[in-house]
Amino acid sequence: MNLATAKTTRWLGRWLVLAAGTLAWQVWADWRHSAFFPPPSAIGAQMYHLWFSGPASYLSLTPSATGNILPSLARVAAGLGIAVAVGAPLGIAIGRSAAVSGYLDPLLHFGRSIPAVALVTVFIVLFKLGDQMEVAYIAFGTIWPILVNTIDGARTVDPLQVETARVFRLSAGQRLTKLIVPATMPKFFAGLRISLSLSLVLMVVAELTGSTDGIGYLINNASNSYEMTEVWAGIVLLGILGYGLNAALLGVEHHVLAWHRGARRLTN
Amino acid sequence: MLEVTDLTHVYGRGSGRHLAVDGISLQADQGELVSIVGPSGCGKSTVLRCIAGLLPPARGTITVNGTAVHGTVPDGLAVVFQDYSRSLYPWLSVRDNVALPLRRTRRGRAQRRGDAQQALAAVGLDDTAHRYPWQLSGGMQQRVAIARAIACDPVLLLMDEPFGSVDAQTREDLEDLVLRLRRDRGITILLVTHDIDESVYTGDRVIVLTGAPGRVRADLAVQFPEPRDQITTKELPAFVQLRTEVSRLIRGQQATADR
Repeated sequence: MNLATAKTTRWLGRWLVLAAGTLAWQVWADWRHSAFFPPPSAIGAQMYHLWFSGPASYLSLTPSATGNILPSLARVAAGLGIAVAVGAPLGIAIGRSAAVSGYLDPLLHFGRSIPAVALVTVFIVLFKLGDQMEVAYIAFGTIWPILVNTIDGARTVDPLQVETARVFRLSAGQRLTKLIVPATMPKFFAGLRISLSLSLVLMVVAELTGSTDGIGYLINNASNSYEMTEVWAGIVLLGILGYGLNAALLGVEHHVLAWHRGARRLTN
Repeated sequence: MLEVTDLTHVYGRGSGRHLAVDGISLQADQGELVSIVGPSGCGKSTVLRCIAGLLPPARGTITVNGTAVHGTVPDGLAVVFQDYSRSLYPWLSVRDNVALPLRRTRRGRAQRRGDAQQALAAVGLDDTAHRYPWQLSGGMQQRVAIARAIACDPVLLLMDEPFGSVDAQTREDLEDLVLRLRRDRGITILLVTHDIDESVYTGDRVIVLTGAPGRVRADLAVQFPEPRDQITTKELPAFVQLRTEVSRLIRGQQATADR
């Protein structure tokens, strides 16, 4: 079997498992007629009805889609954006200074050990209900994996690469942009992947507690009025979003870290 | 050109104290290739790192072109490390690796690229500019490292066991490449090696170090008809005699130590 067919087979296999699982759920739900576990066909129809049956001028999005899915995605983007903008430079600065990272180590491990879910109330008190609280909450929760991994990456830049920079007398700016930042990238992306999946969790948690729109709000609302099919539609949507965002990040990483995979494969 | 006087270096302190190099003096004239050979652990690399300014020596003075070096990298210096796979940056293309040190020379971008391309041509790698180091064989990667070193027109080139990680055939090719570059460009080269044949074949002078702590055991002048050749030079009686002498200096000293 050649490589292309092997790849296709693997790809088919993966989706076959998903299809079989969905089918089993369908058969089971049709047989049980449980109010709490609607069949996938009903969930799919509900999703279509709720979000994707809008006018063509809005890419078929309904007001519920633009009013809930987009705000949620915007919060995730803003929160993660802040976490990256603060966490990555800070992580590099801390990682490159043995003294600073020594002092901050206990604080960092304390900070990242606190489950952000336990801090919702604190954030509501600090930021009041609203977008600012949700964004700040996502940013706080997702900064730790980025920070800790970036510190680790910046600290473990190969000493010979650093010595090479010294003997060829690269300027401070060159050392940063041509050595430290690229060398830190693989660890940074490892952290970002964790933060991305975390950001969806935090988004839902923040929206459950007192938002007036968003996917979390929608699920909460539906569950309060026992609209189980709508609850499930929200859950499935979150799964799809998580999968899509992760795939997009992997795509970016694949491109940015092409050198890393190449060098790894050839030296190991 | 290069003047090292009474270089001494100690690693660690207290009970972990380890005297690596003890009172080494040596000099190299303009355009000379001096090879330093010695058993492993004789502090060869320590000497090189002190000269490169990567390590401030505990005692002694180093001057390059009349300027003292003490933990600062001297002007016009380039280094080729043994471990090319780690010393070349995997995220930069071959040409960008070679052009990287050129930025501080204040040349324009186009000229830096041209100079990098020329240096690559000088080591026989014209057509690899857009590839990445890890896509090349070990010998080719070390050629890239040599190109990077010569691209900025160094006056002093330090080579730390540069051919220790490549196969024998490639090693001979690279030795000849270094001899040719030295001849064409008049660079002063200090080449550290543990390979006796290599030290004799490449050197205008061979400095033999004793094992830990490193001291200068002998400073031998080498005179073979130029240009040297891997086959004809190595079958000269003078070559055989010299390599035997170096071998005896290194082994004899070890035999004394074992007794």
